This record gives sequence, C-alpha cells and structure tokens, in this order.
Amino acid sequence: MHLTLEFGGGLELLLEKSTKVHKVDVQPNDAQGKVMMKGLLSWVKSNLIKERPEMFLKGDSVRPGVLVLINDCDWELCGGLDAELEEKDVVVFISTLHGG
Amino acid sequence: MDSAIDGVRQPPARAGSRLCTHCGERKAALKRPKTLEQICRECFYIVFEDEIHRTIVDNNLFKPGDRVAIGASGGKDSTVLAYVLSELNRRHKYCLDLFLLSVDEGITGYRDDSLETVKRNEIQYGLPLKIVSYKDLYGWTMDDIVKAIGLKNNCTFCGVFRRQALDRGAALLSVDKIVTGHNADDIAETVLLNILRGDIARLSRCTFIITGEDGPIPRCKPFKYTYEKEIVMYAYFKKLDYFSTECIYSPNAYRGFAREFIKDLERMRPRAILDIIKSGENFRISTTTRMPEQGTCERCGYISSQKLCKACVLLDGLNRGLPKLGIGRTKGVAGGDSDSERQAKRSQRSRSSLQGKHGNVDL
Repeated sequence: MHLTLEFGGGLELLLEKSTKVHKVDVQPNDAQGKVMMKGLLSWVKSNLIKERPEMFLKGDSVRPGVLVLINDCDWELCGGLDAELEEKDVVVFISTLHGG
Repeated sequence: MDSAIDGVRQPPARAGSRLCTHCGERKAALKRPKTLEQICRECFYIVFEDEIHRTIVDNNLFKPGDRVAIGASGGKDSTVLAYVLSELNRRHKYCLDLFLLSVDEGITGYRDDSLETVKRNEIQYGLPLKIVSYKDLYGWTMDDIVKAIGLKNNCTFCGVFRRQALDRGAALLSVDKIVTGHNADDIAETVLLNILRGDIARLSRCTFIITGEDGPIPRCKPFKYTYEKEIVMYAYFKKLDYFSTECIYSPNAYRGFAREFIKDLERMRPRAILDIIKSGENFRISTTTRMPEQGTCERCGYISSQKLCKACVLLDGLNRGLPKLGIGRTKGVAGGDSDSERQAKRSQRSRSSLQGKHGNVDL
C-alpha cells in the first residue's frame, strides 16, 4: 500500500537526513490483511526512525503531545490506533513538544 | 462527562466521514480538546480566533492606541500569536501598534535559524521587528557562557537574561505592553512545577493573565486558555511558517517530566489542563507565608527582591570567573550543591535534549 508520511514539529530530526516527507510502500501487517494505524506506527519505528524512538512512541501509541492527521483529519476522529488506512493516504505526524 | 467522549465504543469512522457539530455541513477536521467537539477547519478558525478575542476583551488586555511588543521566538506559539493578533487587531479595530520583539541569545545553529523565521514573519505579517542580543546587553553570548560554565545551569543564565532582555527591548521600542505566547499547557505545567518546587511566590502569580502591572511594562498572555494542540493544528492548517528545533543547550529534565505528565493527563482527560489552571488561580496563600519583597536592583535598577538582581549577580560571576555565583537557592556565593541537587543534575545530563523546553520560564 502506497502512503505518504510527513513528519514535522521536530520529529523529522529522528529520521535519516531529517527528511520531512516519505513516500513509502507498506505491506498489510495485520490478520485481516489491512494496514491499520497501529501497524503503521510499528512499521515507522522499525523502518524510518533512526534515533530516540521514545520521542515518537510511548507504549503502542504515539507519545502524548504528538499530533496525527490522516488526510488532514485529526486521527482522534478516525479511530486513532484502529483507523484503517487506504491506498494513497497521507499521514502527518507533528510534535507539539517544542518551545514557542 | 464520559458519555461525551466519543470514539470509545463506536466503530472507527473513516477519515473525514463525520460532520462538523457547528455547521453540520462540512467534514470535521479535528476534535477540540477543550470541548471534545468535532469541528471543521472553517468553524475551527472562527472559534479559535473568537475565544482569543473574548479573552482579550474580558480581561481588558489592551487599550486603544497601545503599543504592544509580541515576544517572538519563531516557534509555533509566538508565530500563531503574531498572526492571530494582527488579524484581530484589524478585524476588531483594537487600534494597537504591534511590534515583533526577539531576543538573540547567541546560540549558533539554533537561535540564528529561528531568527530567520522571525525575519520572514516580519515581512509576512508586516510587523516591525526589533532584535536585542545577549552580546550587546551583557557582553556574553550563550555560546560564550556555555564555553565558560559547561552544560550545567546554563538554562538558569538564559532564563534570567531572556526575561530582562525582553523588558529592555520593550523599553527601547517604548511599548506599553509585552504579549507572550504562553499557552494553557505551559501554564498548567508551570503551576505543577511551582508546587513541586514549593515556590509560593511564583505559584501565586503564574496563572495571572497580566503580570508586572506595578512595573514599567506589564506582560500578558492572550493564549492563557488556548490548548497547545489547537495552536499547532491552527499553524498546520494555515501553513504558518514556524521553527521547531529544540534548543541545543536545554537538558531541562525536570520541566520535561512535568510536561510529559501533563500530556499523559490530557490524553486521558483533556480538561485536566484547564482544571490545573483553575486550581492555580484559586490557591489562597496563607498570610503567615513570608513572601519576598520586591525592590529594585542597586546596580541596574531592574525589579529585584535582593540588593542586586539575578542577572547582575550571574553576570558578576561570569566576569569574575566564578560562574557558580548566584546559582541555587542560597544568597551570594553558592558553595557546594546539595546531594539531591547534584543527583538531579547528573540525571539531567544523561537524558536527551528533546525532552522539553528551557528551564526557568517565569510566566
């Protein structure tokens, strides 16, 4: 499944070369052959995060204070960890944990 | 309360399939932490800006004709503040003269980059920008200070110096008020920190929306009731240009823990943030608690509860090669740190620097 992942608010610093936008191909990784947000997070952790994963994840979810949008919609309205992703979805992660 | 929290037992909805509870027409784009409402982008802009307008009006933050400096770091909060305040000023005819005021701490690879953002904001929002630097005011950059004292206590210097620098910059602009981008999450965090430190004087004033009214230039916080989540969402949807790299010298683990705790609470019950602020506002300080008396610094005239203000004591230490002078609670020369302090600092150093914000943010 082709997805676009964007990292902002400082999260990009945890990735290789601090790249913000990643076009990725994620294989279905749950029992029903779907890609769920929960599965995507562990995929990101093993495939994209190069350092300090604790800045991105806590338990099986994102660290509180990291905002997630699926196609520009707050993931809290889409089912959070149980949101099912579809081909060409855009998922944005933004950390709010910085000074301002 | 619990019945209002949606998404618990309902099947997960597909992104964007719910309708806005305000207009009932467009797809909802976010869940408001304050009210748990699902709301579309357009309605969100309206309620977000209106709430800030109400806060400004209800608390009489400004008078027509006021000259107002926006403390601008280039980060999300001050960038959104500059944008929203110039909008509201136009829309509601506050008749304010707005300025951007930035402090250049002299931190290579951090502040120099974020100041570039502020310079772009100057053009984007058409607001005149004034930059005051530690180098000009104190003769030392933070880079120099860290070279002299190492990565220990450096946030103390920076916090004390920044506070004064903002006041001095504001005086140079001859403004009537300074506004800062401190948001509800910041204030809740500071209430907790002041409780944890037993800092009764700061506890009693950290929730005030206006501080320093007895001094020359009062400061106010129009985002006192604005959630960080909404500020970041607003900046994201509006594609505002902000800078988001953590300071390379800030290992403030203690504030980081408080911050993380607040964020954990928010996830379980978002209202916790407003409730902590409410608790802070309603504390009554016992009349037998000794409060420091405010006077002025003998050397520079800045507000101070001691003979010399903190900045002058710290600067003295730096210039005499005794950088520990003025660090810690003891007056005058701070000899050895206590065991617990030393331990806390050890663990601070061993932790990552992405943890949180600067130390010693005095709201």
